[in-house]
Amino acid sequence: MASYSQNLAKTLLAGLLAAGLALPAPAFAQRDPAYEAARQAGQVGEKTDGYLGVVGDQPASIQKMVADINIKRRANYAERAQAQNATLEAYALTQGCVLIGRTQPGEKYQAPNGTWQTRGAGAPQRDARCP
Amino acid sequence: MRIAKLTKPAGAAHKPPMTGKRRAIAGVVAVLGSALAGGCITVDAPDKPIVIELNINITQEVIYRLATDVQQNIDDNPEIF
Repeated sequence: MASYSQNLAKTLLAGLLAAGLALPAPAFAQRDPAYEAARQAGQVGEKTDGYLGVVGDQPASIQKMVADINIKRRANYAERAQAQNATLEAYALTQGCVLIGRTQPGEKYQAPNGTWQTRGAGAPQRDARCP
Repeated sequence: MRIAKLTKPAGAAHKPPMTGKRRAIAGVVAVLGSALAGGCITVDAPDKPIVIELNINITQEVIYRLATDVQQNIDDNPEIF
């Protein structure tokens, strides 16, 4: 009986640990693995206009993936902008501000002057209007 | 006797250069054309690309109003961000 409750306690503890460890890591667990890999490799980056950009010369598969995501983003922005009584461009720009703000160190983002930058430990360079 | 052809005959592989009268006419047309162009007003394209800044009219006020919704949007649709 004692061993049973000990085992139960161990199982519970293991479960809690797993849950605790699992929580902070997958901030973007639902990303496609190929997309996540391309982000980490700096092949794609977040643009100031709220869309994904291809950084430099990349294979056609990367270019297609970026185009596909951007089509989905545009449709999403159009819908959310309408619900907020805002223009598509304003919504997309605001989304860009937040997406650049959420980039992880090592990922690429577009600075207000249009150049690609690698996110460092500090705050990224963003448009002065960004919240 | 007619020769049966299965497909259309192909055109000449080599196009001979213009000769004689046709060549002379072409030359005159070319000279006239360049003479006319000389009298035209030419507009030089700017050396810098023309950039139309569409985002300039989006005010900070609008961006701040939308800020909370775009955060929520990432949580609602994580697969596209």
